[in-house]
Amino acid sequence: MLLSTLQPLSEGGAAVERHWQELTAKRRLYTGLGLLILFLAVTGSVWFANETNSGKFFDRLPYLFDFIGELVPRDGWEIWRAMFDLPSPYDDGSLKYNYPEGRLYITQSFYIPEYFYKMLETINIALLSTVIGVIFGFCFAFLAARNMMPVVWVRWPVRRVMEVLRAFPEVVLAGFFLAILSLGAIPAIIAVSIHTIGALGKLFYEVIENADMRPDEGLRAVGANWFERVWFAITPQVMPNFLSYFLLRFEINVRASTIIGAVGGGGIGELLRLSISQGHEAKTLAIVLLLLTTVIAVDQFSASLRRKLVGEQAFQSVS
Amino acid sequence: MSMTNAAELSRLAERYPQVLERSLWQRYRIPFSIAILALYFVFCWWFFAVGKTISQANWGLAGNYLADWVSYEIRPEFQIAPDGTMQITYPRFDPIGHNPKPDWIDARKETVTRTLRDAAPAAQSTTPAAPKSSFSFLAPATPQADAATQAAPAAPKTVTEEVITRAHVTLGSAASIDLDGTNLVLTRGSETVSLTLDHVTNSVTLEGIRPDWIEQRTEGGRVIAYFGMAGWIDVTAERVRVRNRFLGWENFVFDTDSPFFDLTPLQVLHKITSEERIDPKMSNLALAWNNVLYNASWQHLDVWTKLLQTIVMAFMGTLLAMLVAFPLSFIAARNISRNRPMNQLTKRFFDFLRSVDMLIWALFFTRAFGPGPLAGISAIFFTDTGTLGKLYSEALENIDDRQREGVKSVGASPVAVQRFGVLPQVLPVFASQALYFWESNTRSATIIGAVGAGGIGLKLWEAMRTNSDWENVAYMVVLILLVVFIFDAISNSLRSRLMGKSRH
Repeated sequence: MLLSTLQPLSEGGAAVERHWQELTAKRRLYTGLGLLILFLAVTGSVWFANETNSGKFFDRLPYLFDFIGELVPRDGWEIWRAMFDLPSPYDDGSLKYNYPEGRLYITQSFYIPEYFYKMLETINIALLSTVIGVIFGFCFAFLAARNMMPVVWVRWPVRRVMEVLRAFPEVVLAGFFLAILSLGAIPAIIAVSIHTIGALGKLFYEVIENADMRPDEGLRAVGANWFERVWFAITPQVMPNFLSYFLLRFEINVRASTIIGAVGGGGIGELLRLSISQGHEAKTLAIVLLLLTTVIAVDQFSASLRRKLVGEQAFQSVS
Repeated sequence: MSMTNAAELSRLAERYPQVLERSLWQRYRIPFSIAILALYFVFCWWFFAVGKTISQANWGLAGNYLADWVSYEIRPEFQIAPDGTMQITYPRFDPIGHNPKPDWIDARKETVTRTLRDAAPAAQSTTPAAPKSSFSFLAPATPQADAATQAAPAAPKTVTEEVITRAHVTLGSAASIDLDGTNLVLTRGSETVSLTLDHVTNSVTLEGIRPDWIEQRTEGGRVIAYFGMAGWIDVTAERVRVRNRFLGWENFVFDTDSPFFDLTPLQVLHKITSEERIDPKMSNLALAWNNVLYNASWQHLDVWTKLLQTIVMAFMGTLLAMLVAFPLSFIAARNISRNRPMNQLTKRFFDFLRSVDMLIWALFFTRAFGPGPLAGISAIFFTDTGTLGKLYSEALENIDDRQREGVKSVGASPVAVQRFGVLPQVLPVFASQALYFWESNTRSATIIGAVGAGGIGLKLWEAMRTNSDWENVAYMVVLILLVVFIFDAISNSLRSRLMGKSRH
């Protein structure tokens, strides 16, 4: 553009420049249109969210930190007493909250405090459902990968089934099984595992599709059947990635089982919801602290293990 | 290639025993892993008391609920007076309207004059209703007699009314019930069972052998007969409750209060286009649309609003998170800003946002803004800022340095270096990650909705809690799945355009 102002262009050059300017104008038009659509969507969304909310944004803003204000207990040690189930006089001197009743006694004198026990339960829900998800996801993934299953009418339904499994709202599954099995951990396990099968299955088959096919060819050349090819050619290659996804999913499932717990699926989530609805600040804080440390610990543990297994690659895609 | 003979092979094995003889772990890792897994499952069986829970589970309910997803029940109730006359009542919000005369109930009506032996209404109300049913069926007469003697000698009342003396109910294609005041004949397929209702002892007696589709817990007590998908009935001497099941979602478009209820599409069209205004204030089309939106049993408007809330929550939450994480990630990336404390501070801030669970953010903001999409937006915004910030700063740390150096070498300002040397490399990655999270948040927004953060989650949860609106649950699930699949497709196509086919 600068050059054209200095010296006149030839006919061909002018045509090129004209074309280039047309393209730029078109591109600007599209960008402008895109921005306009985005702007409209954002203003519309903000207006809609504000309108349908029970309190308006600017009316509620001054109260934003009320909840935290409410959470500050009158006696700081109350939190620790709640966490470790120590019998405690409330700050007005009464024995209002009887913490020891939630204890789980292992021997006569050794006990696990309620919240730790419930936290263990939540972690165990997450672990069990991840294990179930991995087992089924492993089987499904080989049926859904293009390179291992050339038959379309097997691959296609398996993929669709996995899509439905991961798109189906977990709350609905949990609610359905809660209605049948009554309150407890098993509905949560079922709900989380079904979602995990779908999510892991997808990640798994993508890994399988990226696998090196030469070992498979070798095995095929010596007449191995499908199971042998799966087991000896593909599995050793993809195992580190599978383990990495297993850990990643475990980490996600710890959170998921907490949330399912809050709608009735057992574990710490249920206690959290109860303590918030009872308005007991010390209990709530104790649980939040416990939850935070656990989630951070699980995150760090799984991240370091994953890094060891497959290196930085493990951090590329999160589901 | 030379062949190895047996002698050479054994020599090699002697030299390198570790190659051919595998360690204990290598040899037994598969059975070992399976054993550990089995032990873990056994532990979980005990830990979660799986056996106990499953044995206590009500699997009959499961079938009922599942059937409820795609069908509805009509529930007439036959109240049988002691003299054997009957009356049919329907629940208040019956799916077949206010004045139900279903063709599958064939009732013979007679006008009879009869004497009601019951006490006067005032005396009746002094007899509490609860004890009557909680008393044993075998000795029912005494408490009533007591009540009657206590409550002054009520004069027997004589009324003349039209009552049903005999009814024939068809359930599905293979089952039917034939009912007159004291006898009940149940037919299922080729099997026929007859029940005798005794109004004096208030008991139900089954004649002959009891087939397995009939349930009677106590002798003379309540009888429940199941007809599979066609429904079930519940018989006591005083009343027969029929649950007749039909496939489909009844009243999906218009509810029973609507003037358009129970019309064929053509009739509705005719009513909308060429009949007089039903409501003088608005046209028939507007009225019809209004009736659809405010359908009492399906609550279309509410469901759609809540669904839109979920979409808006995911959209705004992710967009805001992207906008905030974008500048912060430049501070957090070690190769872009050389200030170590700032890098660490920003990264730990991202960690904090991420590690406080979305649930806790949702609870916190629900308290602040009240239940609604603002809380959901904020919760998604906070957690996703953490996640996206981390991913963005990692993408920035992985960039190709040569392009930056090139821009720098021609003397560009620091801002221009970022704009032309860094952004073109990472922008597709950024957009792709944001799209991915937008799509996955559409899914997870349902779940935080259930704890009160707005959106369709709470609506779903309420529908499930009542344990009878499973068809509404199915409707919402279908809508959610539709939205998720559409967004999946949009985000996938946008992403593959941004990144090319190979990189997502």
